[in-house]
Amino acid sequence: MTESKSLKKEKSKEKETEKTKRTFRNLSDIEIKRLYKPKDIEDLDYEKDLGEPGKFPFTRGPYNTMYRERLWTMRQFAGFGTAAQTNERFKYLIDHGQTGLSVAFHLPTIYGWESSSERALGEVGKEGVAIDTLADMETLFEGIDLSKISTSMTINAPASILLAMYIVVAEKQGVSSEQLRGTIQNDILKEYIAQKSWIFPPEPSMRLIVDTIEYCTEHVPQWYTISISGYHIREAGSTAVQELAFTLADGFAYVEAGMERGLDVDNFAHRLSFFFNSHNNFFEEIAKFRAARRIWSKRMKNEYGAKKPESMRLRFHTQTAGVSLTAQEPENNIVRVAYQGLAAVLGGTQSLHTNSYDEALCLPTEKAVRIALRTQQIMAYESGVADTVDPLAGSYYVESLTDKMEEEANKYFDKIDELGGVIPAIKKNFFQKEIANASYKYQKELERKERIMVGVNKYKPKTKTQPDILKIDDEVAVEQIESLKQVKENRDNEAVESRLSELKKAAQGDDNLMPYILAAVREYASVGEIIGTLKEIFGTYREDSIF
Amino acid sequence: MSNNRKIKVLVTKPGLDGHDRGAKVVARGLRDAGMEVIYTGLHQTPKDIANTIIQEDPDAVLLSILSGAHNALCPKIMEQLKEHNIDDVLVAVGGIIPEEDKDYLRELGLQGFYGPGTEIKTIVNFVKENIKR
Repeated sequence: MTESKSLKKEKSKEKETEKTKRTFRNLSDIEIKRLYKPKDIEDLDYEKDLGEPGKFPFTRGPYNTMYRERLWTMRQFAGFGTAAQTNERFKYLIDHGQTGLSVAFHLPTIYGWESSSERALGEVGKEGVAIDTLADMETLFEGIDLSKISTSMTINAPASILLAMYIVVAEKQGVSSEQLRGTIQNDILKEYIAQKSWIFPPEPSMRLIVDTIEYCTEHVPQWYTISISGYHIREAGSTAVQELAFTLADGFAYVEAGMERGLDVDNFAHRLSFFFNSHNNFFEEIAKFRAARRIWSKRMKNEYGAKKPESMRLRFHTQTAGVSLTAQEPENNIVRVAYQGLAAVLGGTQSLHTNSYDEALCLPTEKAVRIALRTQQIMAYESGVADTVDPLAGSYYVESLTDKMEEEANKYFDKIDELGGVIPAIKKNFFQKEIANASYKYQKELERKERIMVGVNKYKPKTKTQPDILKIDDEVAVEQIESLKQVKENRDNEAVESRLSELKKAAQGDDNLMPYILAAVREYASVGEIIGTLKEIFGTYREDSIF
Repeated sequence: MSNNRKIKVLVTKPGLDGHDRGAKVVARGLRDAGMEVIYTGLHQTPKDIANTIIQEDPDAVLLSILSGAHNALCPKIMEQLKEHNIDDVLVAVGGIIPEEDKDYLRELGLQGFYGPGTEIKTIVNFVKENIKR
């Protein structure tokens, strides 16, 4: 074969490859074009579809100055071992420039079991901090001024109890509940859908949530009452579109529940916040965040009759995608996290947790946490991305993708409506099936190498690297069980019993339960005792084990 | 075993851990590979697991634990099996299991460890090659 012939052949082969090459699809299976042009956004109306930042429909951001006035809150989720150990980690993070706290509770607290329960076996202090009673909360925040810091608590079914403990700890510091700033996750719907830390059936769970909304509206006005979370939906395996749609659908359900209680939408909607995931596909994530703001504001205005701009303004926290982290060559995760964090910032997040590189192996070590926090600081102070608001607006690709995300989410809203709303759809396993299908599909794509994870299905390392890992001493359980025993010996047990029986009676009626929970917490009733009391009235939930 | 019988696998989530994405994906992968799969769902106590094994008589039991409770839960589960004289079932664990814990778990009788990034076919082959009957 002559040289020119072989060259020709190579060229035609190249052409062939371009023609037969796989289509480019993002993680929501939306096909991505080779090139986006003005005609892709020819219907875009600046005022109607984007608006100035801080103005309806908030596509460009919830505030007009965004990070120029105030950077996002750098909020690293932390919690392990005993309250004293986590208190030490909090102080370490504050010393290194963290501006808000975020508490991870251990599973027994999340499920309402005491640390001494058989169900808590092996879990005490493992995935979060062990909190049984007010005494533990006092230790957790010792030396931290609750009038100065905002605290986010990742707690759902027992959210009202942990909020009550926080209020009482503050009171003891001389800080009134009106001054408190922070968030409880308190989003039970996504528990049935994805994270699975439910306790009660959906209906009494919704009652507890509306109780906290109602109580906070009056007494803890600066508190964010629900952090409506897509994070866990995504981690469980959903696509970006599903995360967007299911999360906003949950949000609408909470708004409707509040309005059914007789609350004025403009009195509580501005205290609802959101929590999204930031995954690998950079532009898809940015489009998702922008679309979320637009969808929410339109619905709040048009469907629920919100009048105040604050009620229509969606604000959110972001965490980078834990599920994208690899156990293979864990240091590579530092790079993944940086891209994901950047997408969140370009999407206009209000606060950010960047994951630590060792999280596919263990709870984060101090070194890993420091790098994760530094990643945010470098982005904020060195990269210049925070200098202007919504820098990607007007991009043919980003605007067109933002529209597409909204369009696809709307299809899901219609489906959920057809099923009778979020709770009926949960009971029909609609979300659960959608997520299971998406996660299985993703796994198959990885195995066919249609999706690449560096170090996992391409460029596999020849040798294993094992960084230092954090292990939780089993002593923690012994210590925690002993300290719970002591609290129970020293408290007024008659008072505890009376408060619990008053709570039980109230749960049978329809009083707001927050004052009763506060009263029980003050007497050092444990999370386990309070939940146990409520279970007697509310019962427990069981899911169908579909896969 | 006869060649016609389907391999029967129990996939289960012991303890309070709710991370079920991996367990479900593996369950489905094994089913698609022609096995009969039972998934118990979440929050199984060691006793619950033993009871299901007695009822269902699986060839393999795959535990999924991502909460760090494996060193506490696995011994209890293996004790339950011993108590009921169940000695012909393959037991493996998936999730976040640090390298340094594996020797201990092996001594208890657990035979396979599958962490993040494992392909389904690896687990399918493991089950096929290691079942005890």
